[in-house]
Amino acid sequence: MFRVFTILADMITYRLLGLEPGSHLTESVHFFVEDSAKIFFLLVTIIFFVALVRSFFPPERTRKFLENKNLFVAHVLAALLGVVTPFCTCSACPLFIGFVEAGIPLGVTFSFLISSPMVNEVALVLLFGLFGWYIAAIYLITGLLVAIFAGMVIGWLNMEPYVADYVWEIRMGQAEIPDMTWQERLEYAKSYVKDILSKIWPYVLGGIAIGALVHGYVPQDFLLRYAGPDNPFAVPVAVILGVPLYSNAAGVIPIVQALMAKGLPLGTTLAFMMAVTALSFPEMVILSQVLKRELIITFVAIVSISIIIVGYVFNFLV
Amino acid sequence: MKVEILGPGCPRCENLLENAQKAVEELGLDAEVVKVTEMGKIMAYGVMSPPAVVVDGKVKGTGRLFSVEEIKRFLKE
Repeated sequence: MFRVFTILADMITYRLLGLEPGSHLTESVHFFVEDSAKIFFLLVTIIFFVALVRSFFPPERTRKFLENKNLFVAHVLAALLGVVTPFCTCSACPLFIGFVEAGIPLGVTFSFLISSPMVNEVALVLLFGLFGWYIAAIYLITGLLVAIFAGMVIGWLNMEPYVADYVWEIRMGQAEIPDMTWQERLEYAKSYVKDILSKIWPYVLGGIAIGALVHGYVPQDFLLRYAGPDNPFAVPVAVILGVPLYSNAAGVIPIVQALMAKGLPLGTTLAFMMAVTALSFPEMVILSQVLKRELIITFVAIVSISIIIVGYVFNFLV
Repeated sequence: MKVEILGPGCPRCENLLENAQKAVEELGLDAEVVKVTEMGKIMAYGVMSPPAVVVDGKVKGTGRLFSVEEIKRFLKE
């Protein structure tokens, strides 16, 4: 299915640029052309369809799905809805307040808040395009499990007193969110693709370029020596390194793919990518408007531990 | 007429405010365009996905950056 991009890269690298097959430079250029063409094609088409699906799940409606459900079912549903509900950091607070207001348990709300940024379509597209469907599926499933598990733990800890006091006092109105026509949905999907791509394209290209250099120039098994499965610190270090890279999630994945080809084990790779997407400083700062410090620390700790467990499990299994 | 732009102050909210001002100007309406950033007020409208456009107390659209043309349609309704 993706052969067309290989042929395109062959044509540009060998014919158009006249590069000799086999050299470091050729390898890098070929990799860059093939991957950037493939990734942008996938981003445009998949984000468009995801946005169409999303237009049916505004958070005001999502909230209704989660009311009065069996607790376990609610956790699973919250994690799944997190994937399809539009989310950006600036809407994290209203979402949180809206959920809590509707009587949705705190833990369930967290399952949603964790899965929403972590299991998002941009990450999945990049994983699918660069790593194949197998790794993308593993990421999707383990991401959902982390969201369900971490949300449940937060629920068991009865952290309600650590939600900012004013949150409980807000009285929420019932908005009638106007239903969209198909024309509006298509318009929405188009503007969504434009919005996302205009934000991430430099990171994606930069990431693929760095990845291409790593592919062409870094020796095989280079990382195996330092960050291989025998190094027990590799997973926690990967998680700590992942936190400050949030805004560059789109740029990080192509680099990580190159690193994995040079011997970074699967578990460490997964843990790193999950830390990049799930844990971020800007999100913590924003959530501190609705959560007291104790709850933010608990949230970060539980998510980090879950991600580290994922890392160790996959390093051990593979 | 009163147009309210609900949003905690993200870049998209700012762009939406500009679009709303432009829409009002182009239609030559005598309307007041205001920004609502206080969470309690945003929630009071039942909006969970800012930015949102509210015209005379009625939520017209949520969750994305509406274009000038779209806001014009909201104003004419």
